Amino acid sequence: MIVPRPIIPRLALQSLRNRALTASLTVLAIAFSVMLLLGVEKVRTGARQSFADTISGTDLIVGARSGSIQLLLYSVFRIGNATNNVTWKSYEDIAKRPEVAWIVPLSLGDSHHGFRVLGTTADYFERYKYRHGQTLTFASGGPFKDLFDAVIGADVAKALGYEVGDPIVVAHGLGSVSFIEHADKPFRVSGILAKTGTPVDRTVHVSLEAIEAIHVDWQGGMPVPGESVSADAVRQMDLKPKAITAALVGLKSKLATFKLQRAINEYAEEPLSAIMPGAALQELWGLVGTAETALSVVSAMVVATALLGMVTMILTTLNERRREMAILRSVGARPGTILGLLATEAGLLTLAGVALGVVLLYATLALLRPWVDATYGLNLDIDAPTQREWLMLASIVAAGFLAGLLPAMRAYRLSLADGMTVRT
Amino acid sequence: MQRATKTTPDVVRMSGVRFRWPGARGFSLSIEDFVLPAHQRVLLVGPSGAGKSTFLSLLCGIVTPSAGRLEVLGTDLTRLSNTARDYFRAEHFGIIFQMFNLLPYGSILDNVMLPLSFARDRRERASRNGPAEDEARRLLQSLGLDAAELAGLSAANLSVGQQQRVAAARALIGGPELIVADEPTSALDRDRQLAFLDLLFAEAEAAGASVILVSHEEQLGTRFDRVLRLDEIAVSERSAAA
Repeated sequence: MIVPRPIIPRLALQSLRNRALTASLTVLAIAFSVMLLLGVEKVRTGARQSFADTISGTDLIVGARSGSIQLLLYSVFRIGNATNNVTWKSYEDIAKRPEVAWIVPLSLGDSHHGFRVLGTTADYFERYKYRHGQTLTFASGGPFKDLFDAVIGADVAKALGYEVGDPIVVAHGLGSVSFIEHADKPFRVSGILAKTGTPVDRTVHVSLEAIEAIHVDWQGGMPVPGESVSADAVRQMDLKPKAITAALVGLKSKLATFKLQRAINEYAEEPLSAIMPGAALQELWGLVGTAETALSVVSAMVVATALLGMVTMILTTLNERRREMAILRSVGARPGTILGLLATEAGLLTLAGVALGVVLLYATLALLRPWVDATYGLNLDIDAPTQREWLMLASIVAAGFLAGLLPAMRAYRLSLADGMTVRT
Repeated sequence: MQRATKTTPDVVRMSGVRFRWPGARGFSLSIEDFVLPAHQRVLLVGPSGAGKSTFLSLLCGIVTPSAGRLEVLGTDLTRLSNTARDYFRAEHFGIIFQMFNLLPYGSILDNVMLPLSFARDRRERASRNGPAEDEARRLLQSLGLDAAELAGLSAANLSVGQQQRVAAARALIGGPELIVADEPTSALDRDRQLAFLDLLFAEAEAAGASVILVSHEEQLGTRFDRVLRLDEIAVSERSAAA
C-alpha cells in the first residue's frame, strides 16, 4: 500500500506556479503591508525602549509642582520648560533627608546653538545612568574642573565640530539663534562624552556655579546696563545657586520611595513634585497610546487591503478555473476538497507574503539602523520577533486563509451548479 | 442480449428518475427506465440540448435526482451521502470530457494519476505491479503516447488528440468499472476518432470495464455493442423562460 501524497497542497502549489506573475505580485503586496505593520511595531517599541533607556538608576525626580509627564520631559528629555524653579533651600532640605543616598541638581534655561545647557555638579557624570545602568563615559577630556569648563555631548561635538579646549559662548534662552549671549564669559570645552543615544548627546553640561556666574549681572532675563561683572571678578563672588530646575534623587532603599515621594509632595515651604521615572513613563505611554493605536490601525488596514487584493486576484481567476473544478470533481474530489484547494492557495500566498515581509523588514532594519540612530537618536534593536509580533504574523496568515474561503465558497457553489459541464 | 452472469450486477439501473437544475430557467430531465448490463459498450446518441450532460451528471452522481432510483454497480446513489457519492465516483468511474480534460499546470503523469489521490482501491490496483507511475506510463504507452518524450511537458503543451489520450489514461488507471465519456472525439478528425476509440476500447476490455459514450454522431455506432437514443430513454423539458 502506498502512502497517498497530500494532493491539496501540491495542487495548490502547482496552480500558483502556473500563475507566477500575479501570485508573486500578490505576495509582494502582502509582504510590503506586513513590513509596514511590523515596522511600525518595531519603531513603536524601539521608541519606548529608547525613552525607557534614557533614565536608569534614578528613583525620584524632583521639580516644581507640575504634572509628572511635564517634569519628566523637561528634566530628562529636555522637552518643554519648567513652570517654576526649586529653591536652593528646598534642595538642601531634601538632600539632608536620611533616605537620600545621592542627589544631583539640574539647572536648565540656557542654550548653545540650539543645544540645551545643563548646569549640574560633577556627580552627574557618575550618578546619571542610562540603558540598564550604564554610566556616562568620556570620549575625550574629563569633567569640569574650572568654573568656566563645559562638558559636551557627542552630538554637540559632532554637529559643531568642537574638540577639547575650544571656547564656546552660551546664549540666554533656548532659541537656536539667540541675540542675547553671555559673550563676556566664554566657556572652554573640558570633555566630550561618548555617544549614548539619549538627550545627553545633545546637551552642554556646565557646573551649577557657572550658571550662577553668567547670570550674576542679569536681572529679569536681561543684562543690567552698566553693572557688568567681568569673568575674573565673578570668580571672587559667592556663587551658591539660589534656585535649580530639578533634581535627580537616588535612595538608600527603594522601599522608602513612596514615603519620600509623599514627603516631598507635601513639602510645606514650597509646592514641589516628586515623580518616579518609570511611573511617569507609563503615564506618557497612556498619553501617546492613542497616536500609536491610530498608527497600528492604519497599518492593519494596509494589511487588510493587501489581503483584499489577494481575494480579488483569486476571484478573477475563478471563472477560467471552472473547468479545473469540474475535472477535479469528475475524478472524485469533494466540493470540500475544492474549498480546501482555494483556501490553501490563499493561505500559501499569505504565508509567503508574511515570510517575505519579515525578511524585507529585517534587511531594511539592518540597513537603516545606523542612520535612524544618528538622525533620530532611536536605537532599533534587531532581535527576533516578540511573542506579540509572532501572534500578529500568525493572525495575518489565519486571516489570509479565512479570506481565501470567500472565493473558495464561490468556487464550491459554481462546481455544484456546473455539474459535469466543463465550461471554458 | 442475455445477462452475463448472476454475480455481475447491471452496471446502471435507473427508474423513475426526476431531476431539475435549480434556477428560473431550469432544465429538467426524467428517466422512466434505463438498464445497462455489465461489460457493454454503449453509444448514447442525442442532439444538442437533449440533456446529455444532465444525464451524465446524474449517472456520475455529481447531481442527485429529486425522485427515483439510480443504481450504479448495485449501489443506489440517491441513498449515499454527498461525500460517499464523491468517493464512489472516484473509485468506480473513469470520466473523459469533450475537451480541456487536463489540469493545465500539472505534469502529464500527475494528470493521469489524479484519480488515485481520491480512490484507495484504484490506487492499490494501480500499484499492484510496481509503482503507480509505471502503470500510468504503461497506459500512456498503450494509448500511443511516449511517456518519456512527454515527461518534461505540461498538459497545456499537448495537442488536442494527445490531451484526449492522456484523459483516457486517467479514466482507465486503477481499473474503474465504468468509463463515461462525453463526446471525447468531437475535437478529433475522423481517422483519429476511430483510432482513439479502438485504443480506448482495447484498454477498457482488458480491464473489464463498461463504456458509456455520449455523442451526437450516430456514425460512430458501428464500434459499439448497443446504440441508444437519449430521447427514447429520457424526457427533457426546458422551462418556459428559456
